[in-house]
Amino acid sequence: MFLLIRNQSTCKYLKSEGISFMDLVFLSRLQFALTISFHYLFPPLSIGLSLILVMMEGTYLKTGNILFHQMTKYWVKIFSLIFAMGVATGIVMEFQFGTNWSHYSRYVGDVFGSALAAEGVFAFFLESGFLAVLLFGWDKVSKRMHFISTLLVALGAHFSALWIIVANSWQQTPAGYHIVGTGSTARAEITDFWAMVFNPSSIDRFTHSIAGAWQAGAFLVLSVAAYYLLKKKHQEFAKATIKFGLILAVVSSLLQLVTGHSSAIGVSQNQPAKLAAFEGHYEDMTPGTLYLFGWVNEKQEKVQFGIGIPKMLSILVSGNPNKPLTGLRAFPPEDRPPVNIVFQTYHGMVAIGMGLIGLSLLGVFLLWRTQLFENKWVLRAFVISVLGPQIANQLGWASAEIGRQPWIVYGLLRTSEGYSKVVTAHEVIFSLILFGMVYALLFAVFIYLLDHKIRFGLDPEMKSGGHRA
Amino acid sequence: MNYLDLNIIWFGLVGILFTGYAILDGFDLGVGCLHLFSKTDEERRTFINSIGPVWDGNEVWLVTGGGALFAAFPMVYATVFSGFYIAFILLLFALIFRACSIEFRSKQPMTWWRQGWDIGFSLGSFLSALLIGVALGNIARGIPLTADFEYSGSFLNLLNPYSILVGIFTVSLFMMHGAIYLILKTEGSVRQKVTGWLWKLIVLFLITYVITTLATLLTQPQMTRLMNQYPVLYILPIITVLVIVNILREVKNGDFGRAFLSSCGAIILLMALLGAGIFPNMVYSIPEGMNSLTIYNASSSQKTLGIMLIIALIGMPLVIAYTLSIYWIFRGKVKLNDQSY
Ligand code: HDD
Ligand code: HEM
Ligand code: HEM
Repeated sequence: MFLLIRNQSTCKYLKSEGISFMDLVFLSRLQFALTISFHYLFPPLSIGLSLILVMMEGTYLKTGNILFHQMTKYWVKIFSLIFAMGVATGIVMEFQFGTNWSHYSRYVGDVFGSALAAEGVFAFFLESGFLAVLLFGWDKVSKRMHFISTLLVALGAHFSALWIIVANSWQQTPAGYHIVGTGSTARAEITDFWAMVFNPSSIDRFTHSIAGAWQAGAFLVLSVAAYYLLKKKHQEFAKATIKFGLILAVVSSLLQLVTGHSSAIGVSQNQPAKLAAFEGHYEDMTPGTLYLFGWVNEKQEKVQFGIGIPKMLSILVSGNPNKPLTGLRAFPPEDRPPVNIVFQTYHGMVAIGMGLIGLSLLGVFLLWRTQLFENKWVLRAFVISVLGPQIANQLGWASAEIGRQPWIVYGLLRTSEGYSKVVTAHEVIFSLILFGMVYALLFAVFIYLLDHKIRFGLDPEMKSGGHRA
Repeated sequence: MNYLDLNIIWFGLVGILFTGYAILDGFDLGVGCLHLFSKTDEERRTFINSIGPVWDGNEVWLVTGGGALFAAFPMVYATVFSGFYIAFILLLFALIFRACSIEFRSKQPMTWWRQGWDIGFSLGSFLSALLIGVALGNIARGIPLTADFEYSGSFLNLLNPYSILVGIFTVSLFMMHGAIYLILKTEGSVRQKVTGWLWKLIVLFLITYVITTLATLLTQPQMTRLMNQYPVLYILPIITVLVIVNILREVKNGDFGRAFLSSCGAIILLMALLGAGIFPNMVYSIPEGMNSLTIYNASSSQKTLGIMLIIALIGMPLVIAYTLSIYWIFRGKVKLNDQSY
């Protein structure tokens, strides 16, 4: 749904720029946004859940309590469903650079391809191989070996995020390259591999995205456990599960604030036009206001209905209240990203982030006071909280990627130059419709199965809550 | 020509990755193509679970091959993927359906549900095998390219008789390969049933093999150019024939382990023949070959190829180690239990 809204406002923006629906660049962008947003529903859950599985199975190994064994098995089944969706949608992403963004692929291949290949070699093989042991190996290998496999799957999941985010970060803040050739044959070549890998934004964005993934996993677990408590089902299972979820939720939510702050400082230094769009900051070389919310009127170049703290943005990104920041007016209109949508998505993410911090701290506080399991309102909030990280993850990427516009490689290559010229608009419409239909079908089936699993999925002996040695 | 240059090494490495894919996912796709011929739910579960723990890892060879192609030969990646747009989109959907069907099928007991995903699994596998074959056929035949190395044909041009023939050949090869794999992994009545199919599949394979080989010799002169230049290379087709004959021999003797190794060998050799046929081009441009993408004009810089070689030297031994240990852990016949699909 959110996707729809976002795409609608993108459309409005595009119409105002005089770009039609049949425009190949627009269609390719729409398809990329749709397919990556869909892909990104699943990896954060698998990354987060993989860590929780490590925690649960580790506890089982340490205590020998069968409850943790069953808990692990339960979540492994859900993990496998999520993982399959991640795999199925991931292949699309891998090919799409070539199919829809061929000029971009030629331009960045020398730099970008190695990160993508490293992802396959170092991450996907590890992940998919040991996933087999995790899913099917319970009685084929020893307990320890099974735990090690779980650990390796988690490691693989984190690695795959690492390499793809390195590639994307290079596209945001290019480093360690030089440009060879001119005109339509110009392309980037690596001069310094490590400078490419550790480009100015990769560490911030990696840690921030991983924390977002942990949140996604943690709140999923919390949501299911809270649902059982409210329904008065599987109490023992739920109470033990909630603790795992809460620990990770608190840690990752706080980490999210730290890494998000650090990302924002990075953006202010490396992509000033994007930071200005985040905060609707047009005036040049004045201290920046930090808005809590607002609406950017792009024609009049100002923020309306906004409540903000003057100078706070300058304080946050530099520690100095009077630090002048670059405003959007410093950039010619053709170099500015669409402002309002970036502003809204960014503020949406931050608002949800703050909410999740509040909720998880409240949960820990109540747990400590032993009031959590009776507090219906907080449990209900937990049930819906699973949407929080998902929406924030989507909003975060939207603000980062739309804020990068009009560049496909920041400052080097425009999005309007990166597309595949040999593909026709009709072909992209064809694939878009197919993606739309197939993804809708798969999503419906996924939700149906997930819901079914959550409702009926516990083994009989756990339903009675009894121990079995 | 310098024989140890990075471009040649990377031509070989990309080839190895795609060959690994063809061998490993080849039997998965073959099992998928045969899936609808099995009847009872138990048989079908046995089919799916025979590849259950490994198909995802096998598919990663394709993902990594694609990544390596992007990194080492970005021009080829860009030209082929955008040029074959519709074909690749269809391949993606076929792969998506295969993956999701495997995962979804066992999650509900209803007959319509299971049959629906059975069809998804089987058609997805069949279409993947066919499209991969058609793509390889076009690579062997060559495609029209402009001076900017852009594909200048249409989707229908890709569906020329020669490429479709290679597509059908690929399907029959994978079906035979998949059937031998199934015989190795199953027991009892399922095994008997598949053994009964095997000879028919072998005959089908032999017919398509002979026709494809003749078509290549007669209509695709560029594919034998390198061999005519270096006649030692004729050893490749000769060994291929011997290995294929050996499949028949082992099947006749009932040694399916060796038959499987021979069909793996046949796939390796066929890929090597394709490689030898197109080398040093990666995308041969028809009609004149003037705008061809070669391993030199399509590659990344020497520096990147060098870095990637280091990545491959560190990574590939690990990959091989994981692959071997997973196949070792899941050796033996399939047993259905509560963890199975
Ligand atoms: C659970 C998800 C989640 C939550 C709660 C937050 N973020 Fe976030 N954010 C992401 C998930 C995310 C993300 C999806 O992971 C992004 C998109 C691209 C990226 O690297 O991370 C991102 C991007 C992103 C960027 C842009 C980075 C760039 O363009 O290079 C900034 C400045 C922030 N975030 C700042 C914050 C702040 C100050 C938050 C307050 C708590 C916050 N984020 C919460
Ligand atoms: C456009 C960029 C992307 C591409 C090309 C891409 C590619 C892929 C591919 C090919 C797979 C399937 C691998 C397999 O077959 O096992 C996959 C799965 C996965 N991707 Fe993506 N991906 C992208 C974006 C992301 C991002 C941004 C993240 C994390 C922050 C991510 C994390 C993962 C993970 C963890 C998996 C494993 C499957 C799962 O956990 O669901 N990917 N991706
Ligand atoms: C997984 C989370 C991600 C999300 C939700 C996301 C979102 C988006 C969106 C909304 C667009 C369209 C922007 C516009 O056209 O206005 C876009 C474009 C794009 N993104 Fe991302 N992105 C993600 C990750 C990545 C990664 C990991 C890469 C590369 C490694 C990447 C590369 C691109 C490219 C090449 C385009 C197309 C050109 C463009 O419009 O700039 N994205 N993405």
